Order: sequence, then C-alpha cells, then structure tokens
Amino acid sequence: MIGTLLRYFNLTFITLLILVVLSFGLGFFFPGDTLTNLIGEPQGDTTGYTQLAQAFEREDILAQFWAYLQTLAQGQWGHSLSTGLPIAEQISQTFPATLELSFYGAIVSLLIGVPCGMLAGFQHHKLSDYSLMSVSMVMVSLPVFWLALLLILVFCLQLQILPMSGRLSLLYNIDEHTGFVIYDILQSDVSFRGDALLDAIKHLILPTVAVSFITTAVLLRTTRRAVVDVMATEYIKTAQTRGLSFWVIFSRHVLRNVLLAILPLFAIQISTLVTNVMIVETVFAWPGTGSWLIQAIYERDYPAIRIGMLVVSSAVVLFAMSIECISRLINPSRELQYG
Amino acid sequence: MSCWQPRHTSYASAVLLCTLLLGGCFDSALSEYKRTGIIYCSESNPTSFNPQIDTSSTTSDAVAHQIYDRLLEFDQNTGRIIPGLASSWRVSDDGLTYTFQLRRNVAFHTTSYFQPTRNFNADDVIFSFKRWSDPKHPYHDVNGGLYPYFDSLDLANTIASIERINGYRVEIKLYQQDSSFLANLATDFSVILSAQYGAHLSNQGNPEQIDFLPIGTGPYAFVDYRKDQFIRFAPHAQYWGQTERPQQLIFDITPSSSIRFAKLVTGECDTIAYPSQNELAAMQLNDNIVVQEAAGLNIGFWAFNTSKAPFDNPKVRRALALAIDKNTIMDAVYFDSATRARSIVPPASWAFSADIPDLSYNPVQARALLAEAGYPNGFSMNLYAMPVVRDYNPDAKRMAELIRGYLAEIGVTTDIVTAEWDAFRTQLAQGLHDSVLIGWSADNGDPDNFYRPLLTCSAIPSSTNRAMWCNDEYDKAINAALLTNDIDARKTYYQQANKLIATQLPLVPIAHAYRYRVHRDDVLGLSINPYGGIQFSEVKKTQQVQP
Repeated sequence: MIGTLLRYFNLTFITLLILVVLSFGLGFFFPGDTLTNLIGEPQGDTTGYTQLAQAFEREDILAQFWAYLQTLAQGQWGHSLSTGLPIAEQISQTFPATLELSFYGAIVSLLIGVPCGMLAGFQHHKLSDYSLMSVSMVMVSLPVFWLALLLILVFCLQLQILPMSGRLSLLYNIDEHTGFVIYDILQSDVSFRGDALLDAIKHLILPTVAVSFITTAVLLRTTRRAVVDVMATEYIKTAQTRGLSFWVIFSRHVLRNVLLAILPLFAIQISTLVTNVMIVETVFAWPGTGSWLIQAIYERDYPAIRIGMLVVSSAVVLFAMSIECISRLINPSRELQYG
Repeated sequence: MSCWQPRHTSYASAVLLCTLLLGGCFDSALSEYKRTGIIYCSESNPTSFNPQIDTSSTTSDAVAHQIYDRLLEFDQNTGRIIPGLASSWRVSDDGLTYTFQLRRNVAFHTTSYFQPTRNFNADDVIFSFKRWSDPKHPYHDVNGGLYPYFDSLDLANTIASIERINGYRVEIKLYQQDSSFLANLATDFSVILSAQYGAHLSNQGNPEQIDFLPIGTGPYAFVDYRKDQFIRFAPHAQYWGQTERPQQLIFDITPSSSIRFAKLVTGECDTIAYPSQNELAAMQLNDNIVVQEAAGLNIGFWAFNTSKAPFDNPKVRRALALAIDKNTIMDAVYFDSATRARSIVPPASWAFSADIPDLSYNPVQARALLAEAGYPNGFSMNLYAMPVVRDYNPDAKRMAELIRGYLAEIGVTTDIVTAEWDAFRTQLAQGLHDSVLIGWSADNGDPDNFYRPLLTCSAIPSSTNRAMWCNDEYDKAINAALLTNDIDARKTYYQQANKLIATQLPLVPIAHAYRYRVHRDDVLGLSINPYGGIQFSEVKKTQQVQP
C-alpha cells in the first residue's frame, strides 16, 4: 500500500513539475519581455519579485527557474497585464465557482450515468438497453457549446423559467467567504436567504446539465459494459445457479466489481469534465476560472494565461491522480482482472 | 431478473416527474425582494469613476448622474439649463462674470471608505473646477492630469478666476464672453467632487483613490466594483433631491449586445445599454419590453479632405454629394432608426434652419459638374470607413460600399480604407484620407458643440475637423455667436453658418440617428437623456406582478 502511495506521489510530483516547467517556458514563448510575462505589471509593490528579477539579470536559466519556483510557492503568481491586480487573488475569487460547477456536474453524472448504465447492463440487448444506448450516443455527440446555447434558447428565452447567466442574481448581495455560492448563502444571516438559495439553484440547473451531459453518457456506457462483463463471469453464474435472489447477487457481487471497474475511467473523465466546464462557464457567464481565462486570452494577458493554464491543469492532474490512487488502494489486483 | 424491470422503470418515471414538478415550481413570479433593485446591463468597464478625466460614455453612464451632481443640469425635455447644486446664478451684463448661489444642506456620501463631516459648500466647487483648470492644484496631475473634455474646448484658458464669495456663493470670471459656458457646466463632465475627501486622501497618501473610490452628492453611493462583472450602488439616504429610489442599483457588465438582449428577455436585466439596431424590431414585438425612441443630438456625415485637390473645389464636392442616393443609404444602413440630415445640427436644435435645401440624387447633374470642374473622365479617390459602430453610423463599411457603387456611375473610382480604430484616427489626423465616413455626438445642448469642433479652423490641429476645412467667414460667424447671450442673434449667426455649409459642402450630412432606451415594462421613470449618460435618480419598479 505504501508502495502504491509513493508511486502515485512521485508520478503526481513529476507531472506537476513538468507543468511548472511548461508554464515557465510559456513566459519565453509569449511575445514580449519574458520577465513581464512572468510577473506582469504589479501596481506598486514589487518586493515579492526581486529575486526573480535578479535571476533574470544574471541570465542563468536554472537560477531563473529556481527563483520562479520560489515565487510560485510563496503565492506570488504575478499581476494581470490588463488590470494590474494580483493573479493569485483573482484565481482565488474564480476557482471556487469552477470547482463548484465541476463538483455538481460530476455528482449529477454519477447519479444518473451509473444507475442508467446498470439498468442498460442488466437489460442487455433488450429494448431499454437499446434506447439508453442510442440516447447516450446522441448525448456524447452533442457539442457542449451548442447544447448550452440550445438550453438557453429553450428554458430561458422560450419558456422563461430559468436564468441564463451568472450564479446568483446580483440583487442578492451575499458576502463571499468561501466562494462556494450555496455554502456562502447557507452561512449568511440575511433575511432573504431562502429566496437567494432558490435563485442560486435556478442558476445552477442549466450549467450543471450542460456540463454533465457528455460525462453522464460516457459513464452510462462504461457502467453498462462493466455490468455486462461482470454478469458474464463464472462466479455470477454460480451464484445464480445457487438460487440467490437478484438483490443478493447485485449487492454482494455485482455492485462492488462494477464500481471498481468504472472508478479509474471516471478519473479520465475529469479532464473532459473540466474542459466542458470552461466552455459552459463562457456561455452562461459563470464567474469561474474558465471564463476568466478566456477573457485573459482575448486580452492577451500573458501572466494570467500562464497561471490559468497551470492552475487548471494542476487541478485536473491532482483529482485524476487521487481517484486513480484510491481505486488502486481498494482494488490492488485490478490489472489482473481487466488488464 | 426481468421481474424488477417494471419497478425500475416506474422509479425512473417517478424521478422524471419530480424533476418536471420541481421545474414547475420555479415558474413563479419574481420574489418581492427582487423588486427592490434595478439591474442595468452595461456594455463595458468604466476606466475610472470620474467623468472629468474620461469622456467615454461608459464612464459617464456609470457615474455622471448616479454618483455626482453638477452645478447646473439640462432639462431632458426642453434642453434648457436648470438648477443643480447651484440653486440660482447670475451673469453680469458684460457676460464675463458668473455668480452661483449654492444649495444648502447637500450631503456627501457616507461610505465604508470615507465619512464626511461637513456638507457641500463653495470649497467643493473650487476644488472640483480647479482640478482641471489650475495646473498648480494638488490633484491636477493625479491619475494622468488630462481632462479631455475641458482640454478639447480649451476651457481652462477661458477662465480668469474662480473665487469664493462666501460659503455658499462662488464667482467665476472669464477672459472673454462665452455663451456656451453655462452649458459646459451642465455636461456630464463638470461634476462636483468633495474637497474634504481630497484632503483626507492626501493625508493618507493615496490621492489616486479619488477617481476609483468616488465620493459625490448624487442619488447613489458607490459600493463595489468588479471588473467584467458588476458595479454596485446603494441609494444615498441624505440625497437632496429626495426622490424615491430602489434599494439597490446594479450595473451588470455584459459586453455582447445579443446577450444583453437575451438577459432583458429573461428579466435578468431591467434595462440594457446600446440595443443593437437589428434586434430592435424583435424587442418591439416582445410584450414585456418597452422601446423608447428619441431624436439624438448627433450627426453622421461624409467629409471631404478639403486640403487636397480635387476636393478643394466646391464643384467637385457638390458633384460627389449629388451622386449618392441618401434614401437608399438610409434604408440599407440605418433601417428605420434615423432621420435624414440636411445640416450638421439635428432638427431638434434651435440652430436648425428649415429653409436649407436638401440635395437630392442627381447623377446627370453630378457628371455635368465634374466636367465643369475639369474632370470629365472622373478620378480615383479613397474613402475611409470607420471600423466601429456608433449611433450615428451603425455600419460605415456597408455605407462605403454603397457610395462606391454610386461614384462608379459618375466615373469616380473609390478605394475603401479601414483600420483598427486607434490607427484609423491617427491616419485621419495625418490627413491621409480623401474622404471619410464618420460622425459626431454632442456633449451638450448648445449648437456651438456641433459647429466649433466639426468645421472651424482651430479644430484642425485637435483633429475633430475631419474635412480640414478652414473658412474665415464661417469662423467669424461661429465666434460671433458665442459673444452674445441673445438666442435670436445667435440664431442668425448659425443660419449664416448653415448656409455656408450648404453651399460649400465641406461635408455631406447623412443622418441623425435616433437614440433608444429599452427596458422591462415594470420599470418606471427611465427616459432618454439626450445630453449625456443614463440617469437612475427617478427609477422605480412597479410592485404588482405582471401577468
């Protein structure tokens, strides 16, 4: 077990280091002065960057990288070229919104994709299987940005039952403590808490649906495959001939094996999910890191693009690696079964 | 196994039903709480919170009438100057001395970053005016030291002195008569700042903050701003105007005009900035949306570079003007959102002359005039088309293509040139253009604001005179019109100017665009302000829920 943990820790560490090297390299690849690309244009206080600036005077690339690592570790992530504000602060304002949306998207995908996949698996080659498979095929093929626009067209503009932008009506002035809107509303003691909560949930529905669409379909398909595979194994056949009831077979033999099979695949889906979150944030004007990053790209705000890329990719790596690691820990022999 | 299939299906349908029901619950009317605030979907980020240092309409919209007041205001319906923070004023007989009696008991905003201890008085007027007029003022160089509106009129050099007579009386002396002086004090840019706040910030050592965390006397106080997201205002409880205002005013920054429209439909915006002209028809069809329309104080025109041959010849200019069919241009470019222009001031202005003839489409006469001027076989020229959308010209490139077609008929070949907006204006300032499609929006109701910047000789270096036209007779009339306060006398001078423009044709006036204000039908008290930024001081939401 410790071996597995160490292996994953190493893998994560090396991947993150490569990401940092890449982000450092971006400073050189972007047009303009490298140092400016790395630290931006701070308004006033530049003390956090003296070491980096000194390293750049020496033209020693290793020293430069070392200084860059240190400034990153100190939370000095540079300043935006367009606003002059510290990027770390902007990330901390926007990243919770992205995490929140990704989290709800993942939960919805799991809650819908896995049960439907099981249903399809048990009904292998029957009508409900075929219909679920065709529906999921359609879901996988829908481009997210188009789906998001379609949802807006139907639910916001035609039916006018859901809002189309933001995460909470601006009229509800809720103090941001954590940046997770639902939690902040529950924590606040304003008189309109119930109203605000309802409003926040309304704002969440469409983005969550759009984000979870593809992931749900992929999960559905992988769950179905896993169920079909497990149901075809000898031990299930044995259990069936022993006359065990469906629920006993399901809970003792099927559920665990199926979940173990789909867990690592879910880890791979996280990167798809995050990509979709970025797109959906832009369409729904969700104030997250994705829409912030796209705005930065429009404005050619190089320090912001660099950090945005680093933060988003690190988050994906960290989540995917932890899920993989957990699945290895609870089922060390996975390769033997499904290699 | 198949035995549990029906159960599962029914479970699934139950889930589906619940979801639908839940969706149904959301189809409720706006909660009462939401009725207490107004959301305005604006188009961009303000560059600062002080219109003195920025002429962009985004900044004016955000702060000019929300946070600040002026000594004088324009009456939105008649264009007359009415009292603002000055309750009355007197102009001396020689027109050189202006005395303002100030309103008493006017409180500045109390906010988290500044708590004023005194009310508005003469010191605030002197502080605010000297900031842009006196280079020795401690705040003159703060945040750039440029005051574009005042600099373009050279107002600092027309003011001889600004004196405090007593706590509530201020006297301003001018070097020479300027009948547009009062109008300039009523524009969005002549706001009154707090001298006490200025002193407070100087003590703290961060004077820059004055333009970013604003303090004023206006109906709303600044609360919070986040770039690309929102500006939050709260009503100013001690506002002297005593109007009933919503508990919150929020600017939701939404750069895309189609998204602003969509948010207006869903009710996420109560009113929006700059509705796109091709969406207006759809807005008018929507029962919940009110579209207000008013003639704007603007002019879209086609200017010839009169400093170059052959455009220095009035005959050539007349020929080109006769060659284009303005009716088609109106239909194709402005749809139904503008009136045909005959002179540079719109018909709503008192300086408009009804007897100026409008040139009609006449290619035959145009060809004859060209031959008379010595160009029987035509010539080739360039046509600069501005790259941005403005009220007065929503699609300059399309207009340029139409004009190219018309000019081809009289043997003139046209090369359409456009560039990024900054580069475009630089090239115009260098005089690289033969002709240009551009326009002007007035900042105040005074006709001088059209005549002087657009066509006087002194406007050539400050590059607002795109025709590069310099005519002594015209300049004399425009200057003379400022030396009197008698409207009828001024009218005579401006009619003389109108006639000169009509015969000399340094530019071809094309259209005066309407201005639009679009809002939800439960918003009351919002009107079009022809003289500047949007005003929310009298806005409220009706309490009853719309069916």
